[in-house]
Amino acid sequence: MLMEVNDLHVSYGAIRALTGISCTLDKGEIVALIGANGAGKTTTLRTISGLIKPAKGSITFKNMDLTKMPPHKIVAAGISQVPEGRRVFPDMSVMENLEMGAYTRKDKGEIKESLNNVFKRFPRLEERKHQLAGTLSGGEQQMLAMGRALMSKPEVMLLDEPSMGLAPMLVKEIFEIIRDINKTGTTIMLVEQNAHMALSIADRAYVLETGEVVLSGQAKELANNEQVRKAYLGED
Amino acid sequence: MNQIFESILDPYYMQVLTLLGIYIIAALGLNLITGATGMFSFGHAAYFAVGAYGAAILTVNFGFPFYIALVAGGLMASLAAIIIGFPALRLTGDYLGIVTLGFGEIIRVVFLNMKITGGAIGLSGIAKETNLSIVIVLVMVTVYIMYALDNSRFGRALVAIREDDIAAESMGINVMTYKMKAFALGCFFAGIAGGLYSHLILYINPSDFGFAKSFEFLCFVVLGGLGSIPGVILGTTVLTLAPEFLRAVADYRMMIYGALMVFMMIIRPKGLLGDVNLHRIFFKKKYQKQANRSTAAGG
Repeated sequence: MLMEVNDLHVSYGAIRALTGISCTLDKGEIVALIGANGAGKTTTLRTISGLIKPAKGSITFKNMDLTKMPPHKIVAAGISQVPEGRRVFPDMSVMENLEMGAYTRKDKGEIKESLNNVFKRFPRLEERKHQLAGTLSGGEQQMLAMGRALMSKPEVMLLDEPSMGLAPMLVKEIFEIIRDINKTGTTIMLVEQNAHMALSIADRAYVLETGEVVLSGQAKELANNEQVRKAYLGED
Repeated sequence: MNQIFESILDPYYMQVLTLLGIYIIAALGLNLITGATGMFSFGHAAYFAVGAYGAAILTVNFGFPFYIALVAGGLMASLAAIIIGFPALRLTGDYLGIVTLGFGEIIRVVFLNMKITGGAIGLSGIAKETNLSIVIVLVMVTVYIMYALDNSRFGRALVAIREDDIAAESMGINVMTYKMKAFALGCFFAGIAGGLYSHLILYINPSDFGFAKSFEFLCFVVLGGLGSIPGVILGTTVLTLAPEFLRAVADYRMMIYGALMVFMMIIRPKGLLGDVNLHRIFFKKKYQKQANRSTAAGG
């Protein structure tokens, strides 16, 4: 097991966002967290990447305790996040954004190699490498955010709502790229409201409701589960 | 060196230019905090005051050599910044502005009530050590350091924090540490400028370092263009020299000054040089070549 989240509790002031989330991540998997707004998906992801500190519970990654680690050490440990809403640096060029992604790395040669890999995966970013990131389209910004996360050469990539605000065609393209990134050896944890797309590429999934895991299992089984179909896939 | 200036400039202009240099150093320090990192500080005059008093007390009461006192004044300003930074830098935006304003006033009131600073009577008997040539050299050193920082890993991390601190944090940048370093370093330059100031004006009083002064520093940076080094130098120059040249119309001086600020913010809201990339203008050919190549590749 690569990562284990155990009984995570998180509160924002008096509001309890997570009330005991447990999940696991194996090497090479794609795991999806699905659920409605406010179910605690993003909070879970942000707690893993250290942006939020849990009140209770633990996160272990390769025998390291991430629970009390600051975010920059978690990135250095091999977990990198593509934040919700992309959050590229708007006044920096595409190139500078990607360089920021490699901030925790020192070896210039290896960084160059990662950069070439990112450009190979996203040719559009290479075409626009001197353009300011704020002037890119939504889809391109999503690609840039993913490219930037790959620049830290992560073992685990956390993706927060990659489909948000994108046209259906682009959503498909982005998910194909996610699958592709996974195939080249990056373990992926994915948070999505678009349950249909998420379940189509994930190996396993967890269904979250008001801060708890209510269902979990193989993605294929969940996609056929009566309850899931009704609540999240919009079928009746 | 200074004799050459003395022979060609009359003492009044010497004084104005020296003061301008001092303000440029302080404003570049503030630019690192507000321009590069995006932290609003309404209390920059307080760190200027710490440097001014620190250096002056060391030379007057303890007989320190000027240069050592100057550096010590800068370090004291940094130390004050670190102490205030611990609680204050956890805040962002307007909240940080208000807290820095409050701390700025606290520092001023402390000076007003301390014995060693002379309280409200002020501190006098400071030897004249600052002159135009020293200030010119220090301005050049400061500009060099600021450019070097801009192009360093440290500088890029600061810009990332300004653009999006959450994204910066998820890139592995230790946001709090970097903010603290930028704040302490920016205030160090304020302290150095303060030390130069007290050894130029020769008499300092807590009322010289009130909110109006902090606001003036912020105007230098905002008018010139947040984050732009040439912009900050230009903004400081315009706003320092304008009141001097407007002495002829003394009664309307501050009115014109105010109108100038309003007018500027309307026609160039990003500041005089805020969105001008000088590097791009001077190396136009190189950028054009790159642009051509990328459009060719893009089809």
